[in-house]
Amino acid sequence: MLNPDSVGRTFAGAESVTVSQSEIDAFCAVISEGDTTVAPPTFSIRITLEQSQEILSNPEIGLDWSRVVHGDQRFEIKRPIVAGDTFKCSSTIESYKVAAGNEIVTVRSDLHSLAELVVSTWSTLVVRA
Amino acid sequence: MIQVGTTLEEQIFYIDRAMLKAYADASGDQNPIHQNEEFAVSVGLPNVIAHGMLTMALVGKFVTDWAGGSAAVKEFSGRFVKPVIVPANQRVDLTVSALVTEVVGDRITIDLKATSAGVKVLGMSKAVVVK
Repeated sequence: MLNPDSVGRTFAGAESVTVSQSEIDAFCAVISEGDTTVAPPTFSIRITLEQSQEILSNPEIGLDWSRVVHGDQRFEIKRPIVAGDTFKCSSTIESYKVAAGNEIVTVRSDLHSLAELVVSTWSTLVVRA
Repeated sequence: MIQVGTTLEEQIFYIDRAMLKAYADASGDQNPIHQNEEFAVSVGLPNVIAHGMLTMALVGKFVTDWAGGSAAVKEFSGRFVKPVIVPANQRVDLTVSALVTEVVGDRITIDLKATSAGVKVLGMSKAVVVK
């Protein structure tokens, strides 16, 4: 079970992440996107998934990642990501409820380049009973 | 002329196991339910399933093709209603359709829907683009 004290708290990812052109190229190639000068709209999941997974797996939060199903996803994109961007990721547990034994957690992750907020994402994760 | 009620031309993408592997590498999501049939079945799934975020990346491609590029997308959301099932040695469809629901200046909101094998897989999906 998720530690209820973690709801509403914001956790900062440990390390900053720099986006490379080859990462954008690989993501574009999967979806046959020819313009690789900016990242596709869902590219930020590459950064936020790993960072939020690391944050939420922290024993003081206690999310059992092995039973997680992705419920829904939302992006707010202030500007497109480009190669060379360096981001710090922070994740906030915005809501938590238990329904029919499943835990439903909404996590917001923000990607900042220095002081600039570039992308916010919301992921609803369902931890199956 | 783009106005509320305009429907976008339906587009069909195809997904196969090779695409799942490529997406796993590109996204960093190496969860075995997206690559290993034995594992997927062992956790109660009918077969290997596509990453929900791959579905969303392809629907995103539909949006950016229409909007004139990745930079046009300001908001994008969706709910993973059902998994996209990807059997070995087959390609399955992802059929995307959309409807314009709001136009405010140059900001256009579209409601999106995606099905695979006739089953709705992405719902409650919206994008806001500047066009």
